[in-house]
Amino acid sequence: MKVKKSKADPKGVLTGAHFLDGDYALAEGALAAGCRFFGGYPITPSTETAERFSARIPTVGGVFIQMEDELGSIASLIGASWGGLKAMTVTSGPGFSLMQENIGLACMMETPLVIANVQRGGPSTGLPTLTGQQDMMQARWGSHGDYRIIALSPDSPQECFNLTIEAFNLSETYRVPVFVMTDECVGHMHEKVVIPPAEEIEVVERKWYTGPKDKYLPYKSDKDGIPFMVKTGDGYRFHTTGLTHDERGYPVIDAQCQKVNVQHLIDKIENNEDKIIQFEEDQTDDAEVVVLSYGITSRVAVKAVQKARKAGIKTGTIRLITVWPFPEKKIEKIAKKAKAIVVPEINAGQVFYEVDRCSRNKCSVVHVPHLGGWVHDPDDIFKAIKEAAK
Amino acid sequence: MTEIRFSGFGGQGIIRCALIGGKALSIYGGKFATMNQSFGPEARGSACSSQLIVSDERVLYPYITRPEILVSMSQEAYEKYQAELKDDGILITDEDLVDPKIKRENIKHYSIPATRFAEELGNRIIANLVMMGFFTAITKITTPDTMKKALPGLVPDRFIELNKKAFDKGYEYGQKALDEGKS
Repeated sequence: MKVKKSKADPKGVLTGAHFLDGDYALAEGALAAGCRFFGGYPITPSTETAERFSARIPTVGGVFIQMEDELGSIASLIGASWGGLKAMTVTSGPGFSLMQENIGLACMMETPLVIANVQRGGPSTGLPTLTGQQDMMQARWGSHGDYRIIALSPDSPQECFNLTIEAFNLSETYRVPVFVMTDECVGHMHEKVVIPPAEEIEVVERKWYTGPKDKYLPYKSDKDGIPFMVKTGDGYRFHTTGLTHDERGYPVIDAQCQKVNVQHLIDKIENNEDKIIQFEEDQTDDAEVVVLSYGITSRVAVKAVQKARKAGIKTGTIRLITVWPFPEKKIEKIAKKAKAIVVPEINAGQVFYEVDRCSRNKCSVVHVPHLGGWVHDPDDIFKAIKEAAK
Repeated sequence: MTEIRFSGFGGQGIIRCALIGGKALSIYGGKFATMNQSFGPEARGSACSSQLIVSDERVLYPYITRPEILVSMSQEAYEKYQAELKDDGILITDEDLVDPKIKRENIKHYSIPATRFAEELGNRIIANLVMMGFFTAITKITTPDTMKKALPGLVPDRFIELNKKAFDKGYEYGQKALDEGKS
């Protein structure tokens, strides 16, 4: 993978130790990553990100637009991204649903952009001010058709900062929408956030085409599988569309082109899974029970794991930092050794189904649901560990 | 680990108290601190609260469960939250605004006329800083200097000196209360 890395533009980097909530940290991560366009529509509990970005962008130099709705938000990001800017939006619950159609367009047009979802309890307007992890499958499958995206899940304001930078880097590397799937609890929680000096922050620069103006093909893959981009207005004539298209970006409505086009959207992520997927594991080697979680739930789960270890149950943990693509091989490996995998998450069963699938029936997989509005009681997770260890 | 709840009604600077405490302790006090606040309609005039968890290790569970310290600046907030205060916990109230009518033998209660002091200093809006000074003296959670370091960025620049004065007023009153063994 030819990835051009450079140091962050100091203008956007608020170096120092701050006491920030997760929402503000998302905005600071975006600015540090070089994001200079934000289009969004305010929605609780994500509004603070938009507020922070709008307050900071005049001193950094860039564009903030409050769009008419979430359909327009993603459309504005697609335009800004093709105009050459790193672009972001933030939303929650109903707003995320409204974005889905244009998320598909961004995927089909291979447009780099970052969407943060500060999840709240659903369905519908649900719990505007209270937490949930109920949009994890929507992030993966929300728009129609076959495609692949990348989704990250921060567990703290510090990680909201770090992973937003990572999201931009992945988005620019693979020309794909990247989701930062946080939640109300992390979004509204204040903790210390350390922002390093700009020269210590690595940002990925988009792979620009510099060849002859009449030779540019917006969907011709480079050797690394990722096509080059140009900035709209720089004199390159090209066509892009949500329709199935060839290397020139022209619509070709047949099964052969569909196969090449859609397979490319899948392959560019799946072939690079080993480079994309990040997780943290602890004491999984000889664990009887492994607790797999992500986001805020992973912190609560550690409380339960500490108790289980005290009770003499060999318990390991896996914390997903990347939720999509899913660490399939890792889960299969764990399932071969452990007695059970326990999956707490603030929903009625989402990532749990993926763990269950990947375990290939080699071990039992236990879900610990929570329907939203609060985090788990660590004792509920402990009870599930205890039961699973029997 | 120490769990703290600040409570009162919207507009008293209850959220600001936890922000100041959290920033001071996590950035200047060498601790881990996680702060949460109430959202929704209660943040606009009715009972309002903020939570602060302070620890030597990373805070895992993000919310308080049984606070060791409850600060109440309104009767409604006091009545709503007093039951969750841990045995042997510390209750801190605004003397003029809270009637601590629910008797509990196993807690320590300290009070200060924070709002009255703030009015005497020229502006009732700094009652929360009087309270933070008092809170710092009573709980000894960190030094007064560490707390005051957190003020820039959390109160308007032109009011920093006034806020420090309010803090000092509360701190001195708290120390006197401790010296006199008033509880």
